[in-house]
Amino acid sequence: MKYSGFRVIKEALTGHRGWGPAWRSPDPSSEYDYVIIGGGGHGLATAYYLAKEFKQSKIAVLEKGWIGGGNVGRNTTIIRSNYLLDGNEPFYEFSLKLWEGLEKELNYNAMVSQRGILNLIHSDAQRDAFVRRGNAMLLNGADADLLTTEQIKKRYPFLNTDNARFPIKGGLAQHRGGTVRHDAVAWGYARAADSCGVDIIQNCEVIGFKIANGTCLGVETTKGFIKAKTVGACVAGSSSRLMQLAGMRLPIESHVLQAFVSEGLKPLLPGVITFGAGHFYCSQSDKGGLVFGGDIDGYNSYAQRGNLPVVEDVCEGGMAIFPMLGRVRLLRMWGGIMDMSMDGSPIIDKTDISGLYFNGGWCYGGFKATPASGWVYAHLLATKEPHKTARAFRFDRFSKGLMIDEKGMGNQPNLH
Amino acid sequence: MIINHPLLGPRDSSEFVYLGDANLINRPNWQEDSALEHFVDYGYLRDNIAGVHRELWFHEYGDRSWLVVTRDTVSHEITEVRLASDVAIKEGR
Repeated sequence: MKYSGFRVIKEALTGHRGWGPAWRSPDPSSEYDYVIIGGGGHGLATAYYLAKEFKQSKIAVLEKGWIGGGNVGRNTTIIRSNYLLDGNEPFYEFSLKLWEGLEKELNYNAMVSQRGILNLIHSDAQRDAFVRRGNAMLLNGADADLLTTEQIKKRYPFLNTDNARFPIKGGLAQHRGGTVRHDAVAWGYARAADSCGVDIIQNCEVIGFKIANGTCLGVETTKGFIKAKTVGACVAGSSSRLMQLAGMRLPIESHVLQAFVSEGLKPLLPGVITFGAGHFYCSQSDKGGLVFGGDIDGYNSYAQRGNLPVVEDVCEGGMAIFPMLGRVRLLRMWGGIMDMSMDGSPIIDKTDISGLYFNGGWCYGGFKATPASGWVYAHLLATKEPHKTARAFRFDRFSKGLMIDEKGMGNQPNLH
Repeated sequence: MIINHPLLGPRDSSEFVYLGDANLINRPNWQEDSALEHFVDYGYLRDNIAGVHRELWFHEYGDRSWLVVTRDTVSHEITEVRLASDVAIKEGR
Protein backbone atom coordinates (compact mmCIF):
# COMPACT_ATOMS: atom_id res chain seq x y z
CA MET A 1 0.00 0.00 0.00
CA LYS A 2 1.36 3.40 -0.97
CA TYR A 3 0.97 6.08 1.70
CA SER A 4 -0.20 9.48 0.51
CA GLY A 5 -2.33 12.46 1.52
CA PHE A 6 -5.08 11.14 -0.72
CA ARG A 7 -4.95 7.81 1.09
CA VAL A 8 -5.27 9.51 4.49
CA ILE A 9 -8.38 11.39 3.32
CA LYS A 10 -9.88 8.23 1.80
CA GLU A 11 -9.27 6.25 4.98
CA ALA A 12 -10.66 9.08 7.11
CA LEU A 13 -13.90 8.93 5.09
CA THR A 14 -14.15 5.13 5.28
CA GLY A 15 -13.49 4.66 9.00
CA HIS A 16 -9.79 3.77 8.74
CA ARG A 17 -10.60 0.16 7.93
CA GLY A 18 -8.18 -0.14 5.00
CA TRP A 19 -4.85 0.18 6.81
CA GLY A 20 -3.03 -3.15 6.94
CA PRO A 21 0.07 -4.11 8.90
CA ALA A 22 3.15 -2.28 7.60
CA TRP A 23 5.12 -5.53 7.33
CA ARG A 24 4.47 -9.28 7.46
CA SER A 25 5.46 -11.54 10.37
CA PRO A 26 6.65 -14.66 8.54
CA ASP A 27 8.04 -17.84 10.04
CA PRO A 28 11.69 -18.30 9.08
CA SER A 29 12.52 -20.45 6.06
CA SER A 30 15.15 -23.13 6.56
CA GLU A 31 17.54 -21.43 4.15
CA TYR A 32 18.38 -17.91 2.95
CA ASP A 33 21.00 -16.32 0.73
CA TYR A 34 21.48 -13.52 3.27
CA VAL A 35 20.80 -13.52 6.99
CA ILE A 36 21.18 -10.15 8.72
CA ILE A 37 21.47 -10.46 12.50
CA GLY A 38 19.90 -7.47 14.20
CA GLY A 39 16.66 -5.69 13.31
CA GLY A 40 17.79 -2.20 14.21
CA GLY A 41 18.12 0.72 11.84
CA HIS A 42 21.36 -0.54 10.30
CA GLY A 43 20.19 -4.12 9.86
CA LEU A 44 16.87 -3.15 8.29
CA ALA A 45 18.57 -0.59 6.04
CA THR A 46 21.08 -3.25 4.96
CA ALA A 47 18.29 -5.66 4.05
CA TYR A 48 16.42 -2.93 2.17
CA TYR A 49 19.41 -1.84 0.08
CA LEU A 50 20.43 -5.47 -0.57
CA ALA A 51 17.01 -6.07 -2.10
CA LYS A 52 16.46 -2.68 -3.72
CA GLU A 53 19.87 -1.48 -4.91
CA PHE A 54 21.77 -4.73 -5.23
CA LYS A 55 18.84 -6.81 -6.55
CA GLN A 56 19.41 -9.70 -4.16
CA SER A 57 16.67 -12.01 -2.89
CA LYS A 58 16.12 -14.60 -0.15
CA ILE A 59 17.01 -12.16 2.63
CA ALA A 60 16.06 -12.44 6.30
CA VAL A 61 16.52 -10.04 9.20
CA LEU A 62 16.66 -11.78 12.59
CA GLU A 63 15.78 -9.70 15.66
CA LYS A 64 15.89 -11.07 19.19
CA GLY A 65 13.26 -8.63 20.48
CA TRP A 66 11.11 -6.37 18.35
CA ILE A 67 12.44 -4.23 15.51
CA GLY A 68 13.49 -0.75 16.49
CA GLY A 69 13.62 -1.71 20.17
CA GLY A 70 17.35 -1.23 20.53
CA ASN A 71 19.63 1.72 19.92
CA VAL A 72 17.69 3.04 16.92
CA GLY A 73 14.99 3.93 19.43
CA ARG A 74 17.32 5.06 22.22
CA ASN A 75 19.42 7.79 20.59
CA THR A 76 18.98 11.58 20.42
CA THR A 77 17.99 11.53 16.71
CA ILE A 78 20.67 13.88 15.33
CA ILE A 79 21.95 13.71 11.76
CA ARG A 80 25.09 15.55 10.59
CA SER A 81 28.26 15.04 8.56
CA ASN A 82 30.73 17.30 10.38
CA TYR A 83 33.76 14.99 10.56
CA LEU A 84 37.39 15.80 9.88
CA LEU A 85 39.22 12.69 8.71
CA ASP A 86 39.30 11.28 5.19
CA GLY A 87 38.29 7.82 6.41
CA ASN A 88 35.06 9.23 7.89
CA GLU A 89 33.81 12.38 6.20
CA PRO A 90 32.93 11.01 2.72
CA PHE A 91 30.97 8.22 4.39
CA TYR A 92 28.96 10.53 6.67
CA GLU A 93 28.30 12.97 3.83
CA PHE A 94 27.02 10.04 1.75
CA SER A 95 24.75 9.25 4.68
CA LEU A 96 23.45 12.81 4.95
CA LYS A 97 22.66 12.84 1.22
CA LEU A 98 20.70 9.59 1.67
CA TRP A 99 18.80 11.15 4.60
CA GLU A 100 17.80 14.03 2.32
CA GLY A 101 15.99 11.69 -0.05
CA LEU A 102 14.95 9.05 2.47
CA GLU A 103 11.26 9.77 2.93
CA LYS A 104 10.55 9.78 -0.80
CA GLU A 105 12.66 6.64 -1.23
CA LEU A 106 10.80 4.76 1.51
CA ASN A 107 7.37 6.40 1.03
CA TYR A 108 7.38 6.93 4.80
CA ASN A 109 7.26 10.07 6.91
CA ALA A 110 10.43 9.91 9.02
CA MET A 111 10.17 13.62 9.93
CA VAL A 112 13.61 14.42 8.50
CA SER A 113 14.15 18.01 9.60
CA GLN A 114 17.27 19.86 8.42
CA ARG A 115 17.09 22.46 11.15
CA GLY A 116 20.87 22.80 11.39
CA ILE A 117 23.52 21.90 13.92
CA LEU A 118 25.89 24.31 15.65
CA ASN A 119 29.17 23.40 17.42
CA LEU A 120 30.19 26.17 19.82
CA ILE A 121 33.71 27.64 19.87
CA HIS A 122 35.27 29.04 23.05
CA SER A 123 38.93 29.79 22.23
CA ASP A 124 41.25 30.72 19.38
CA ALA A 125 42.75 27.23 19.32
CA GLN A 126 39.32 25.67 19.09
CA ARG A 127 38.41 28.06 16.26
CA ASP A 128 41.51 26.96 14.34
CA ALA A 129 40.52 23.33 14.79
CA PHE A 130 36.93 24.02 13.69
CA VAL A 131 38.03 26.03 10.66
CA ARG A 132 40.16 23.08 9.64
CA ARG A 133 37.24 20.70 10.15
CA GLY A 134 34.92 23.03 8.20
CA ASN A 135 37.37 23.06 5.31
CA ALA A 136 37.60 19.26 5.38
CA MET A 137 33.80 19.14 5.22
CA LEU A 138 33.68 21.54 2.25
CA LEU A 139 36.35 19.51 0.42
CA ASN A 140 34.15 16.44 0.79
CA GLY A 141 31.06 18.15 -0.59
CA ALA A 142 29.37 18.89 2.74
CA ASP A 143 28.32 22.35 3.90
CA ALA A 144 29.99 24.25 6.72
CA ASP A 145 29.55 27.81 7.94
CA LEU A 146 31.69 29.62 10.50
CA LEU A 147 29.47 31.89 12.61
CA THR A 148 30.54 34.89 14.67
CA THR A 149 29.40 35.52 18.24
CA GLU A 150 27.01 38.24 16.96
CA GLN A 151 25.38 35.85 14.48
CA ILE A 152 24.95 33.28 17.26
CA LYS A 153 23.49 35.86 19.66
CA LYS A 154 20.96 36.88 17.01
CA ARG A 155 19.85 33.33 16.28
CA TYR A 156 20.06 31.97 19.86
CA PRO A 157 19.48 34.97 22.16
CA PHE A 158 19.06 32.72 25.20
CA LEU A 159 22.62 31.32 25.13
CA ASN A 160 25.00 32.51 27.83
CA THR A 161 27.80 33.93 25.67
CA ASP A 162 29.74 35.38 28.63
CA ASN A 163 30.35 32.26 30.72
CA ALA A 164 33.58 32.94 32.64
CA ARG A 165 35.19 29.61 31.78
CA PHE A 166 33.70 29.01 28.32
CA PRO A 167 32.68 32.32 26.67
CA ILE A 168 31.16 31.71 23.22
CA LYS A 169 33.60 32.98 20.59
CA GLY A 170 31.77 31.66 17.54
CA GLY A 171 30.52 28.42 16.13
CA LEU A 172 30.76 25.98 13.26
CA ALA A 173 27.33 25.43 11.74
CA GLN A 174 26.18 22.74 9.36
CA HIS A 175 22.81 23.95 8.13
CA ARG A 176 21.96 20.64 6.42
CA GLY A 177 22.28 18.77 9.73
CA GLY A 178 19.22 18.25 11.89
CA THR A 179 17.00 15.61 13.45
CA VAL A 180 14.91 12.63 12.33
CA ARG A 181 12.13 10.73 14.08
CA HIS A 182 14.22 7.66 14.99
CA ASP A 183 11.46 5.02 15.38
CA ALA A 184 10.08 6.00 11.99
CA VAL A 185 13.47 5.23 10.45
CA ALA A 186 13.27 1.63 11.68
CA TRP A 187 9.62 1.28 10.71
CA GLY A 188 10.14 2.94 7.31
CA TYR A 189 13.04 0.67 6.40
CA ALA A 190 11.16 -2.37 7.73
CA ARG A 191 8.10 -1.61 5.64
CA ALA A 192 10.14 -0.87 2.52
CA ALA A 193 12.33 -3.98 2.96
CA ASP A 194 9.27 -6.15 3.57
CA SER A 195 7.66 -4.90 0.37
CA CYS A 196 10.86 -5.98 -1.48
CA GLY A 197 10.37 -9.51 -0.11
CA VAL A 198 12.67 -9.41 2.92
CA ASP A 199 11.55 -11.66 5.79
CA ILE A 200 11.66 -9.74 9.09
CA ILE A 201 11.67 -12.32 11.87
CA GLN A 202 11.15 -10.89 15.35
CA ASN A 203 11.62 -12.67 18.69
CA CYS A 204 14.30 -14.80 17.09
CA GLU A 205 17.63 -14.65 18.91
CA VAL A 206 20.84 -15.99 17.41
CA ILE A 207 22.39 -18.39 19.94
CA GLY A 208 25.24 -19.76 17.85
CA PHE A 209 26.97 -19.98 14.50
CA LYS A 210 27.52 -23.16 12.54
CA ILE A 211 31.08 -22.94 11.34
CA ALA A 212 32.94 -25.73 9.51
CA ASN A 213 36.41 -25.53 7.95
CA GLY A 214 36.52 -21.77 8.43
CA THR A 215 33.21 -21.20 6.66
CA CYS A 216 29.98 -19.99 8.24
CA LEU A 217 27.13 -22.25 7.14
CA GLY A 218 24.30 -20.64 9.06
CA VAL A 219 23.02 -19.60 12.46
CA GLU A 220 21.45 -21.43 15.37
CA THR A 221 18.47 -19.46 16.64
CA THR A 222 15.71 -19.77 19.20
CA LYS A 223 13.50 -20.72 16.23
CA GLY A 224 15.88 -23.42 15.01
CA PHE A 225 18.80 -23.65 12.60
CA ILE A 226 18.77 -21.32 9.60
CA LYS A 227 21.12 -22.09 6.75
CA ALA A 228 22.66 -19.07 5.05
CA LYS A 229 25.20 -18.42 2.30
CA THR A 230 26.08 -15.03 3.79
CA VAL A 231 25.62 -13.92 7.40
CA GLY A 232 25.90 -10.25 8.36
CA ALA A 233 26.19 -9.31 12.04
CA CYS A 234 24.70 -5.90 12.74
CA VAL A 235 24.10 -5.65 16.49
CA ALA A 236 26.10 -2.63 17.70
CA GLY A 237 25.99 -2.49 21.51
CA SER A 238 26.10 -6.29 21.77
CA SER A 239 28.72 -6.98 19.10
CA SER A 240 31.21 -8.59 21.48
CA ARG A 241 28.58 -10.94 22.89
CA LEU A 242 27.44 -12.05 19.44
CA MET A 243 30.86 -12.44 17.86
CA GLN A 244 32.09 -14.37 20.90
CA LEU A 245 29.75 -17.11 19.65
CA ALA A 246 31.93 -17.25 16.53
CA GLY A 247 35.10 -17.28 18.65
CA MET A 248 36.07 -13.68 17.91
CA ARG A 249 37.43 -10.99 20.24
CA LEU A 250 36.75 -7.46 19.06
CA PRO A 251 38.50 -4.09 19.48
CA ILE A 252 35.36 -2.90 21.27
CA GLU A 253 34.13 -2.16 24.81
CA SER A 254 30.43 -1.75 25.59
CA HIS A 255 29.61 1.47 27.42
CA VAL A 256 26.40 3.14 28.55
CA LEU A 257 25.36 6.55 27.20
CA GLN A 258 22.51 8.42 28.87
CA ALA A 259 19.95 10.68 27.22
CA PHE A 260 17.30 12.99 28.63
CA VAL A 261 14.00 14.58 27.63
CA SER A 262 12.41 17.53 29.40
CA GLU A 263 8.71 18.31 29.72
CA GLY A 264 7.14 19.75 26.56
CA LEU A 265 7.82 23.43 25.96
CA LYS A 266 6.77 25.96 23.33
CA PRO A 267 9.17 26.14 20.35
CA LEU A 268 12.31 27.88 21.57
CA LEU A 269 15.34 26.04 20.23
CA PRO A 270 15.87 26.21 16.47
CA GLY A 271 18.26 23.44 15.56
CA VAL A 272 20.81 21.40 17.47
CA ILE A 273 23.44 23.02 19.68
CA THR A 274 26.51 21.18 20.89
CA PHE A 275 28.60 22.51 23.78
CA GLY A 276 31.41 20.00 23.49
CA ALA A 277 33.66 21.67 26.04
CA GLY A 278 30.93 21.31 28.67
CA HIS A 279 29.80 17.81 27.64
CA PHE A 280 26.31 18.88 26.64
CA TYR A 281 24.20 18.97 23.48
CA CYS A 282 20.55 19.74 22.98
CA SER A 283 17.74 19.93 20.45
CA GLN A 284 13.98 20.32 20.72
CA SER A 285 11.67 17.61 19.46
CA ASP A 286 8.54 18.39 17.48
CA LYS A 287 6.53 17.45 20.58
CA GLY A 288 8.32 20.26 22.44
CA GLY A 289 10.58 18.31 24.77
CA LEU A 290 14.21 19.33 24.97
CA VAL A 291 16.27 16.27 24.00
CA PHE A 292 19.76 16.40 25.45
CA GLY A 293 22.75 14.39 26.51
CA GLY A 294 26.46 14.44 27.18
CA ASP A 295 29.29 12.02 27.74
CA ILE A 296 29.21 8.28 28.19
CA ASP A 297 29.40 7.09 31.79
CA GLY A 298 32.90 5.78 31.15
CA TYR A 299 32.95 2.18 32.40
CA ASN A 300 32.00 -1.12 30.74
CA SER A 301 28.27 -1.65 31.02
CA TYR A 302 25.46 -3.64 29.47
CA ALA A 303 22.87 -2.27 31.90
CA GLN A 304 20.96 0.22 29.66
CA ARG A 305 20.91 2.61 32.63
CA GLY A 306 23.57 4.97 33.88
CA ASN A 307 24.54 6.54 37.18
CA LEU A 308 23.97 9.95 38.75
CA PRO A 309 27.43 11.61 38.38
CA VAL A 310 26.90 11.90 34.61
CA VAL A 311 23.35 13.20 35.11
CA GLU A 312 24.80 15.96 37.29
CA ASP A 313 27.61 16.67 34.81
CA VAL A 314 25.21 16.95 31.85
CA CYS A 315 22.82 19.22 33.77
CA GLU A 316 25.69 21.45 34.94
CA GLY A 317 26.86 21.79 31.34
CA GLY A 318 23.32 22.64 30.28
CA MET A 319 22.92 25.27 32.99
CA ALA A 320 26.25 26.87 32.09
CA ILE A 321 25.25 27.52 28.51
CA PHE A 322 21.41 27.63 28.74
CA PRO A 323 20.67 29.33 32.09
CA MET A 324 16.94 29.20 31.28
CA LEU A 325 17.05 25.41 31.67
CA GLY A 326 17.00 25.87 35.45
CA ARG A 327 13.20 26.08 35.47
CA VAL A 328 12.67 23.14 33.14
CA ARG A 329 11.74 19.78 34.61
CA LEU A 330 13.23 16.53 33.41
CA LEU A 331 10.56 14.20 32.10
CA ARG A 332 12.51 11.02 31.42
CA MET A 333 16.02 9.67 31.01
CA TRP A 334 17.45 6.39 29.81
CA GLY A 335 20.66 4.66 28.80
CA GLY A 336 21.74 2.85 25.67
CA ILE A 337 24.67 0.50 25.18
CA MET A 338 27.36 1.65 22.75
CA ASP A 339 29.97 -0.40 20.93
CA MET A 340 32.91 1.88 21.85
CA SER A 341 35.69 0.99 19.44
CA MET A 342 39.37 1.53 20.14
CA ASP A 343 39.68 4.55 17.83
CA GLY A 344 36.13 5.90 18.00
CA SER A 345 35.27 4.83 14.44
CA PRO A 346 33.12 1.96 13.14
CA ILE A 347 34.05 -1.36 11.58
CA ILE A 348 32.34 -2.67 8.42
CA ASP A 349 34.36 -5.59 7.16
CA LYS A 350 34.54 -9.27 6.37
CA THR A 351 35.83 -11.53 9.14
CA ASP A 352 38.40 -14.33 9.00
CA ILE A 353 35.44 -16.73 8.80
CA SER A 354 34.28 -17.09 5.20
CA GLY A 355 30.68 -15.99 4.72
CA LEU A 356 30.53 -14.07 8.02
CA TYR A 357 30.56 -10.28 7.92
CA PHE A 358 30.60 -7.64 10.63
CA ASN A 359 29.10 -4.18 11.06
CA GLY A 360 29.55 -2.49 14.45
CA GLY A 361 31.72 -0.30 16.64
CA TRP A 362 29.50 2.73 16.04
CA CYS A 363 30.32 4.38 19.38
CA TYR A 364 27.64 7.04 20.02
CA GLY A 365 27.41 8.01 16.32
CA GLY A 366 25.46 5.18 14.77
CA PHE A 367 22.10 6.82 14.18
CA LYS A 368 23.25 9.44 11.68
CA ALA A 369 25.06 6.70 9.78
CA THR A 370 22.00 4.46 9.38
CA PRO A 371 21.29 4.89 5.63
CA ALA A 372 24.94 4.83 4.53
CA SER A 373 25.79 1.98 6.89
CA GLY A 374 22.99 -0.06 5.34
CA TRP A 375 24.06 0.85 1.83
CA VAL A 376 27.78 0.14 2.21
CA TYR A 377 27.15 -3.05 4.21
CA ALA A 378 24.77 -4.26 1.49
CA HIS A 379 27.50 -3.40 -1.02
CA LEU A 380 30.01 -5.48 0.95
CA LEU A 381 27.64 -8.44 1.36
CA ALA A 382 26.52 -8.45 -2.27
CA THR A 383 29.80 -7.69 -4.08
CA LYS A 384 32.30 -8.90 -1.41
CA GLU A 385 34.14 -5.61 -1.94
CA PRO A 386 34.00 -2.57 0.38
CA HIS A 387 32.11 0.50 -0.83
CA LYS A 388 34.40 3.38 -1.83
CA THR A 389 33.32 5.50 1.18
CA ALA A 390 33.89 2.67 3.69
CA ARG A 391 37.30 1.30 2.74
CA ALA A 392 38.91 2.55 5.94
CA PHE A 393 36.50 0.78 8.34
CA ARG A 394 38.59 -2.38 8.46
CA PHE A 395 39.43 -4.80 11.27
CA ASP A 396 43.15 -4.77 10.48
CA ARG A 397 43.53 -1.01 10.84
CA PHE A 398 44.52 -1.54 14.49
CA SER A 399 47.37 -3.92 13.76
CA LYS A 400 48.51 -1.81 10.78
CA GLY A 401 48.45 1.51 12.60
CA LEU A 402 45.77 2.97 10.33
CA MET A 403 43.41 4.14 13.07
CA ILE A 404 40.66 6.66 12.28
CA ASP A 405 40.91 8.58 15.53
CA GLU A 406 38.85 11.80 15.16
CA LYS A 407 39.69 12.95 18.68
CA GLY A 408 43.28 11.70 18.83
CA MET A 409 42.64 9.91 22.12
CA GLY A 410 44.35 6.60 21.40
CA ASN A 411 43.10 3.15 22.37
CA GLN A 412 41.00 4.32 25.31
CA PRO A 413 37.34 3.76 24.37
CA ASN A 414 35.84 5.78 27.24
CA LEU A 415 37.67 8.92 26.02
CA HIS A 416 36.31 8.89 22.45
CA MET B 1 28.31 3.36 42.37
CA ILE B 2 30.20 3.09 45.64
CA ILE B 3 33.65 1.50 45.49
CA ASN B 4 34.75 -0.02 48.78
CA HIS B 5 38.40 1.02 48.80
CA PRO B 6 40.54 -1.54 50.72
CA LEU B 7 42.40 1.25 52.58
CA LEU B 8 39.94 4.15 52.67
CA GLY B 9 36.56 2.44 52.90
CA PRO B 10 33.50 3.27 50.77
CA ARG B 11 34.18 6.03 48.21
CA ASP B 12 32.00 7.45 45.43
CA SER B 13 32.95 6.18 41.96
CA SER B 14 33.19 9.77 40.69
CA GLU B 15 36.47 10.07 42.64
CA PHE B 16 37.95 7.45 40.29
CA VAL B 17 38.90 7.26 36.64
CA TYR B 18 38.38 4.06 34.72
CA LEU B 19 41.01 2.32 32.62
CA GLY B 20 39.44 -1.00 31.59
CA ASP B 21 39.90 -4.76 31.74
CA ALA B 22 42.20 -5.84 34.60
CA ASN B 23 44.11 -8.07 32.16
CA LEU B 24 45.95 -4.87 31.26
CA ILE B 25 48.12 -5.71 34.30
CA ASN B 26 49.59 -8.54 32.24
CA ARG B 27 51.71 -6.52 29.86
CA PRO B 28 53.39 -8.75 27.25
CA ASN B 29 57.14 -9.27 27.27
CA TRP B 30 58.58 -6.94 24.60
CA GLN B 31 61.61 -9.18 24.10
CA GLU B 32 59.62 -12.16 22.80
CA ASP B 33 59.67 -12.87 19.07
CA SER B 34 55.90 -12.67 18.91
CA ALA B 35 55.80 -9.43 20.95
CA LEU B 36 54.16 -7.37 18.18
CA GLU B 37 51.23 -9.75 17.86
CA HIS B 38 50.82 -9.87 21.64
CA PHE B 39 50.89 -6.08 21.92
CA VAL B 40 48.20 -5.71 19.23
CA ASP B 41 46.02 -8.05 21.30
CA TYR B 42 46.95 -6.28 24.53
CA GLY B 43 46.34 -2.81 23.14
CA TYR B 44 43.24 -3.34 21.06
CA LEU B 45 41.28 -6.54 21.74
CA ARG B 46 38.95 -6.95 24.72
CA ASP B 47 36.76 -9.77 26.08
CA ASN B 48 34.10 -7.14 26.87
CA ILE B 49 32.16 -9.47 29.13
CA ALA B 50 28.45 -9.09 29.91
CA GLY B 51 28.58 -10.27 33.52
CA VAL B 52 31.33 -10.42 36.12
CA HIS B 53 34.21 -8.23 34.94
CA ARG B 54 37.57 -7.49 36.61
CA GLU B 55 38.64 -3.96 35.85
CA LEU B 56 41.17 -1.27 36.76
CA TRP B 57 40.07 1.93 38.50
CA PHE B 58 42.45 4.73 39.55
CA HIS B 59 41.66 6.76 42.69
CA GLU B 60 42.59 10.08 41.08
CA TYR B 61 40.77 12.35 43.55
CA GLY B 62 41.94 10.29 46.51
CA ASP B 63 45.06 8.33 47.41
CA ARG B 64 46.03 7.78 43.74
CA SER B 65 46.11 4.03 44.11
CA TRP B 66 45.15 1.59 41.36
CA LEU B 67 42.39 -0.86 42.26
CA VAL B 68 41.13 -4.07 40.71
CA VAL B 69 37.35 -3.93 41.01
CA THR B 70 35.21 -7.01 40.32
CA ARG B 71 31.91 -5.68 39.06
CA ASP B 72 28.92 -7.09 37.18
CA THR B 73 28.53 -5.12 33.93
CA VAL B 74 24.85 -6.03 33.72
CA SER B 75 23.79 -5.00 37.26
CA HIS B 76 26.72 -2.68 38.20
CA GLU B 77 27.03 -4.65 41.47
CA ILE B 78 30.58 -4.61 42.90
CA THR B 79 31.60 -7.81 44.64
CA GLU B 80 35.32 -7.38 45.32
CA VAL B 81 37.85 -4.53 45.48
CA ARG B 82 41.58 -5.12 45.88
CA LEU B 83 44.73 -3.05 45.49
CA ALA B 84 46.11 -3.61 41.99
CA SER B 85 49.61 -3.90 43.43
CA ASP B 86 48.50 -6.88 45.58
CA VAL B 87 46.82 -8.51 42.58
CA ALA B 88 49.90 -7.99 40.42
CA ILE B 89 52.24 -9.50 43.05
CA LYS B 90 49.91 -12.47 43.49
CA GLU B 91 49.87 -13.02 39.71
CA GLY B 92 53.67 -13.04 39.70
CA ARG B 93 54.23 -9.67 38.02
